[in-house]
Amino acid sequence: MIASIDLLHLLSQPFLRNALLAGIAISLLGGLVGYFVVLRAQVFATDALSHAAFTGTLAALAAGVEPRFGLFAATIGVGLAIGALGDRGRADDVIIGIAFAWVLGLGVLFLSLYATGRGASNGTASTAALFGSIFGLSSGQAKFAAGLAMVLIVLLLTIARPLLFASIDEAVAAARDIPVRRLGVVFLGIVGATAAEATQAVGALLLLGLVAAPAGTALLITDRPFVGLAVSGGLATGSTVIGLLVSAEVPRVPPSFAIVAMATAAYALTWLVTLWRRRIT
Amino acid sequence: MNSFPSPQLSWNVIADVRALLEYPFMVQAFRAGIIVAILAGIVGWFMVLRRQSFAGHTLAVVGFPGATAAVLIGVSSTYGFYAFSVAAALVIAMLANPGGSRTSESAVVGTVQAFALAFGFLCYTLYGGFASSIGALLFGSFLGITSNQVAVLAAVTLAVVAGLAAIGRPLYFATVDPDVALANGVPLRTLSTFYLIILGLTAGAVSQITGALLVFALLVAPAAAAQRLSLRPLISLAWSVVLAVAIVVTSLSLAYYYPYPLGTFVTTIALVTYLIVRVVRQ
Repeated sequence: MIASIDLLHLLSQPFLRNALLAGIAISLLGGLVGYFVVLRAQVFATDALSHAAFTGTLAALAAGVEPRFGLFAATIGVGLAIGALGDRGRADDVIIGIAFAWVLGLGVLFLSLYATGRGASNGTASTAALFGSIFGLSSGQAKFAAGLAMVLIVLLLTIARPLLFASIDEAVAAARDIPVRRLGVVFLGIVGATAAEATQAVGALLLLGLVAAPAGTALLITDRPFVGLAVSGGLATGSTVIGLLVSAEVPRVPPSFAIVAMATAAYALTWLVTLWRRRIT
Repeated sequence: MNSFPSPQLSWNVIADVRALLEYPFMVQAFRAGIIVAILAGIVGWFMVLRRQSFAGHTLAVVGFPGATAAVLIGVSSTYGFYAFSVAAALVIAMLANPGGSRTSESAVVGTVQAFALAFGFLCYTLYGGFASSIGALLFGSFLGITSNQVAVLAAVTLAVVAGLAAIGRPLYFATVDPDVALANGVPLRTLSTFYLIILGLTAGAVSQITGALLVFALLVAPAAAAQRLSLRPLISLAWSVVLAVAIVVTSLSLAYYYPYPLGTFVTTIALVTYLIVRVVRQ
């Protein structure tokens, strides 16, 4: 009883409502996009995008522009670039690796420029960009993030069927006149926008927790693609809701940790259950 | 305000080098940097060959929660880096293999990485208020390296190089042609686990100079460039070490003279080196 009254009281707080609104929309997007990311083995490219998110935010801060502008410009730009440069829309390991280390190096440079320019302590700005500050979202920011997430989800679902085909069997899909290459580039653009969205929720460094973990779990649970897609989206959303509530109850636990911990726990549990089942049969 | 003149780079190379080595902290930084570069050059060479860059990156990232957790319980962050990186290497070796396709492997690695960073952030929040050192842990610092740290780095490097020298030939065989190696009785799985542990130790060591997030530049770029420079394994391995040392020494010198972060120099010079080699040896 007491817990439910407590929960109601918590839900009346605007910061938590904003966080839930943005968090649910963003994590649903992350789970859906993540399913394709894992299926297409582009986890590494997504990781590179998370670094671009950090650098984009700090570059905008150093230049004195709205940070979200830099964030989206950097991730979508890098996403499209990886898609266009990489061999048939899939980039190779070494180039991504070296380039993304460099992108982070640039981010550190912008961080030091920002800190010396303002004479301010650089701790907060970089920590928020790296690890997220979902409880700090204003109502306007939350609505924008949620609206954009909805647009991206609709876009993803419209290309879902051909994208799935192209991801599973590229050669046959190409033979069936599916524009494999263009789909790959568009998809990486969506992944870029998703990375920017997720950065606002859990931070640049933790976005794989929203993208890779639920999708990996879904692939363990089912082989049927559209069921898997739904499971992945559901798991990501569930982790976010539980994580946010836990963090609101226990303020010492940062929300991004709680969210990622939930998603990881779901993956670990599913993995153990799968292993156990295999032992039995 | 600033009563000390900041160091100026001149055309007099001898004077520049003398100025660089004037302060004990820079000498210490060069010692640590060169040791770490040799280690990264050798271990990174195998990493690029085995296409385990993503695993290498993850092991390095895992050093971050190790360091913050160590600080939280009051131990030196050095031990945290090593302990967590090696533990993560064992986890990846254990989880990744059984019947797993490459897709599920990358999802596992990505999740381990995100959780590790989240856990590091939790420890950092619980400890409360070393806001400036989170930057050093993630992006590196060459200030205040102790002689004890250098000694540990040297010991780890010796152990890793000795270990790699022992398994170098079968590891190379197993990497280049796993099927034939297996048919010849090379224990692939054991080798792979052993190598991951070595990679974990290396990531832990390199993180202390470049920071957990930028280890990658030093592990990948020299090795990838070296493999374009020569096809013969030993010569290419030597190139990798030479390039890594050159990158670190140049970066440390520039970071001493210019007020920008070390990480920016290391990653930029690494990228430029790789691109030049790629263009020249097309």
